[in-house]
Amino acid sequence: MTDLTRHTAAELAAQLADGSTTSVAVTQAHLDRIAAVDGTIHAFLHVNPELSLAAAAASDARRAAGKPLSDLDGVPLAIKDVLVTTDMPSTSGSKILEGWMSPYDATVVTRAREAGLVPLGKTNMDEFAMGSSTEHSAYGPTRNPWDIDRIPGGSGGGSAAAVAAFEAPFALGSDTGGSIRQPAHITGTVGMKPTYGSVSRYGAIALASSLDQVGPCSRTVLDAALLHDVIGGYDRHDSTSLKDAWPSFAEAARAGAQPGSLKGLKVGVVGQYSGEAFQAGVMTRFRESLEMLAAAGAEIVDVSLPSVEYAVAAYYLILPAEASSNLAKFDSVRFGMRATLTGGGTVEQVMSATREAGFGPEVKRRIILGTYALSAGYYDAYYGSAQKVRTLIQRDFDHAFASVDVLATPTAPTTAWKLGEKLDDPLAMYAQDIATIPANLAGIPGISIPSGIAPEDGLPVGIQFLAPARHDAKLYSVAAGLEALLHAQWGGPLNSQAPDFDTSSRTQSTRGGA
Amino acid sequence: MSDISEDSVRHLAGLARIDLTNDEVTHLTAELSKIVDVVATVSAAATDDVPATSHPIPLTNVYRDDVVTDDVLTTEKALSGAPEHDGSRFKVSAILGEEQ
Amino acid sequence: MAKAKLMDFDKALELFEPVLGFEVHVELNTKTKMFSSAPNEFGGEPNSNVTPVCLGLPGSLPVVNEQAVRYSISLGLALGCSIAPSSRFARKNYFYPDLAKNYQISQFDEPIAFEGKVDVELSDGRIVSVDIERAHMEEDAGKLTHIGGATGRIQGAEYSLVDYNRAGVPLVEIVTKVIYGAEADAPELAKAYVATIRDIVVALGISDARMERGNLRCDANVSLRPRGQEKLGTRTETKNVNSLRSVERAVRYEIQRQAQILSEGGTIIQETRHWHEDTGATSAGRPKSDADDYRYFPEPDLLPVEPSAELIAELRAALPEQPAERKRRLKAEWGFTDLEFQDVVNSGLLSELVATVSAGASPQAARKWWTGEIARIANAADREPTELITGAQVAEVQLLVDEGVLNDRMARQVLEAVIAGEGTAREIVDAKGLAVVSDDGALIAAIDQALAAQPDVLEKIREGKVQAAGAVIGAVMQAMQGKADAARVRELVLERAQA
Repeated sequence: MTDLTRHTAAELAAQLADGSTTSVAVTQAHLDRIAAVDGTIHAFLHVNPELSLAAAAASDARRAAGKPLSDLDGVPLAIKDVLVTTDMPSTSGSKILEGWMSPYDATVVTRAREAGLVPLGKTNMDEFAMGSSTEHSAYGPTRNPWDIDRIPGGSGGGSAAAVAAFEAPFALGSDTGGSIRQPAHITGTVGMKPTYGSVSRYGAIALASSLDQVGPCSRTVLDAALLHDVIGGYDRHDSTSLKDAWPSFAEAARAGAQPGSLKGLKVGVVGQYSGEAFQAGVMTRFRESLEMLAAAGAEIVDVSLPSVEYAVAAYYLILPAEASSNLAKFDSVRFGMRATLTGGGTVEQVMSATREAGFGPEVKRRIILGTYALSAGYYDAYYGSAQKVRTLIQRDFDHAFASVDVLATPTAPTTAWKLGEKLDDPLAMYAQDIATIPANLAGIPGISIPSGIAPEDGLPVGIQFLAPARHDAKLYSVAAGLEALLHAQWGGPLNSQAPDFDTSSRTQSTRGGA
Repeated sequence: MSDISEDSVRHLAGLARIDLTNDEVTHLTAELSKIVDVVATVSAAATDDVPATSHPIPLTNVYRDDVVTDDVLTTEKALSGAPEHDGSRFKVSAILGEEQ
Repeated sequence: MAKAKLMDFDKALELFEPVLGFEVHVELNTKTKMFSSAPNEFGGEPNSNVTPVCLGLPGSLPVVNEQAVRYSISLGLALGCSIAPSSRFARKNYFYPDLAKNYQISQFDEPIAFEGKVDVELSDGRIVSVDIERAHMEEDAGKLTHIGGATGRIQGAEYSLVDYNRAGVPLVEIVTKVIYGAEADAPELAKAYVATIRDIVVALGISDARMERGNLRCDANVSLRPRGQEKLGTRTETKNVNSLRSVERAVRYEIQRQAQILSEGGTIIQETRHWHEDTGATSAGRPKSDADDYRYFPEPDLLPVEPSAELIAELRAALPEQPAERKRRLKAEWGFTDLEFQDVVNSGLLSELVATVSAGASPQAARKWWTGEIARIANAADREPTELITGAQVAEVQLLVDEGVLNDRMARQVLEAVIAGEGTAREIVDAKGLAVVSDDGALIAAIDQALAAQPDVLEKIREGKVQAAGAVIGAVMQAMQGKADAARVRELVLERAQA
């Protein structure tokens, strides 16, 4: 019998459909894999095998009755802990929400359940999605399956590592400045940030409302597209949700994977994303991918986005400002942790002590920064100016997309770094988001797919494609086109080349949020 | 150079209701000064003729109908995550000062 | 709490010019809340009318109630405001346990309505024009109950309980420009202004406008400027003013209190003050200071409100008549004298009379009930007439009089029972057996009995001394235990004399 965890979601769906396997078998295989490796990787904050197997059994019953809820009915799914779930704790990686059970499901979780997907558990993340390494999780870091002494990227390091380590075929993530795409780049997986408003934010614990977007993480472009088809579309609970009739992203991915699909495609290469900030191996694989695209008939054009120079600065004003307000609700009154003070204390003292004890250093740093950026006398210079930079970046993209179909950049400047390496240097950490942030500021979609392994350190790197707002299908098509060429060269997905990590050398780390 | 001082960090922490330790105040003051110097560069790009963008995808007049939906929680569910409650209301310690 | 030392009102006016400003919060009577689909209902089990949005649960998101926007536009138009072609919601950030998200979704620099004008009529018929600066949409907070301590007030309480049923109820806040020149009319203007706002929202049908329930709340800003001085004085903001009468009293009180302090060389602290209905005094609340940094920024979870010209035209066409116009019409329709009509207006009972008349009572009867018996009971109980009884209930009592079921005395008795909550007028009549005796036979028998005791009465009547009938009528009423129609008894006695 083949190892079911090595299959893609699309392959598993096909096997479930033809009866060659069952959801219980598939789910059990992934639970076994989690039990075997997650003590080392720590991709999950919470798993509940009973719950998952019950959902799998229900799926098998539907299949047997000839009434599957969707093509994906019975395929397991990992869920980032930023998404609220009624049957598993939702902590957003924070102590302040330890053990909290939401009385409602996030819309994307509801849709996944309605499609028959089997939730495997909740994945680790930087606290409230603030970080690029998952080291800011209150429950300990996730490790990169390619090298367990290195970070898996962030904030969605748990979802990316779970997928990369074959603990789940695909996973849900959220991307505020790169939290889906940068971990994909770091772990050799696929991550897609949809157009802002394409996927509902209802039930995604807010970091920065005008930047957050939920999206899929997977090992192949098609799997990401399949998941996007399940979770996307209009939701009355989210005012920023778009009412567009979206095409099937899976169809776009399948069509893109056909030979000849890249012919005549105009790809813009952003001049700003090169130079010494970018690691040599990252640029080598990026250029190789461009050459491959050109050989397949795409036209490679140089473009300039002059205002992206200000993107990181604008982002680190808008995000903390919105986050400082979004995180005010964690006050010990209606949910979550409450600090105990001797003598009781006033409600004001209890709130302040709770937030002191419940938030980690990065969260405090950003809340204070955001409070500063919004405070009287500073608003115009900081938040107001950052919103203007947003306009400039949108104009840059509009200008570029007037002459090209998609833009291509390296997803992030470097490969995975060692755990702890950048923890004391917030600005170095923030600089990791340089290529991913502009898409969030402009609301446009972006996808990262593996482009190879950096020769100097043997670690995976990714290439990012960006498309105009609402053109998510284009990204799936282009990414699937390049992926097909790369897979042909590699003989399969990049992650099948990952070195097997040693699961015996680490002690089981404590599970948080359970 | 930014104008971040330990006093301003303490004031901001008060507004944000975070009871920072002295050590944290010292650290944050140093870190925020550096960060603010970097992020303040936005003002160079933001000239008067540039309008602000608050939403990445422009939409207007997004409304719902004035109809009660099944999103309403039972009292039990509403209270389910509360650190403390009396069976129907959330319980908090004494409030300092006057009502707002 | 001790009542502050107060300067005589007239003397205060000699020394100082009162400067006013009002912020009136109107709760809209939509079916659901401003940003969530929870019922907008008064009362109910605590925390039963809530969704994740009302509780500010992680991941929850607001969505604007279209009806609330329409109501707000209608109110803006009725206040003579311009409607902003584009307005936005903003977050007002501050921590308080009744504020689920620890920010209030409000409007800041882009309100939906701005620059209006409301004509307010004083008791002597003079019209004062009050300029409106803005009217904006926002959400109400939850309700705190303070437990422990002697007073049930916040000071000294051991703990507090929070009910979020009210959290997210749609509000429109109407802010006036600074009002100069009210002089000695300041307290009355305050009351008349709030009454006018109340009349407007009731006529629009967009709010229940019951002040005792907090549907309509007034914050009154008062400052005093020494005569001959240009610079404005320091103002206080008095909150918790929950009746028309209190608005008038609170403004008067603040003028007298501030005048006393200033005349003693003291200074006024810029602060929030709370009105206490029981003591008739204000007490110091939270000081306003530079620390009030609300960090407003555009609400990223909501989109701009951009009403079309067509929508504004549609709502404008549907506006009810202006209060002044309405008064002119009602006075003519009802045929009231100037004095009668002014009495009703000054008592703030116009809407109650409209309700009573539309429920079937004659205008004069409605007027007599409201300005007479109901006002008397309200006064004795130190409450507002509108808190006691509705127009429909009054009309039901009057209809029983018109049908001849009740006489005046019995009707008053029934009215008191209705106010006491004993049931509807008809239920009370049935329960107490309170119908007049309309059987002439029974009346004639009683008259015969009374005449037998006072044989000279018929003679006196025949001699033209009609008032002599009074003694017989009195005796008959007593014999019938008040359940007789005195007018009918009188008729029967006079008939007998002519026989």
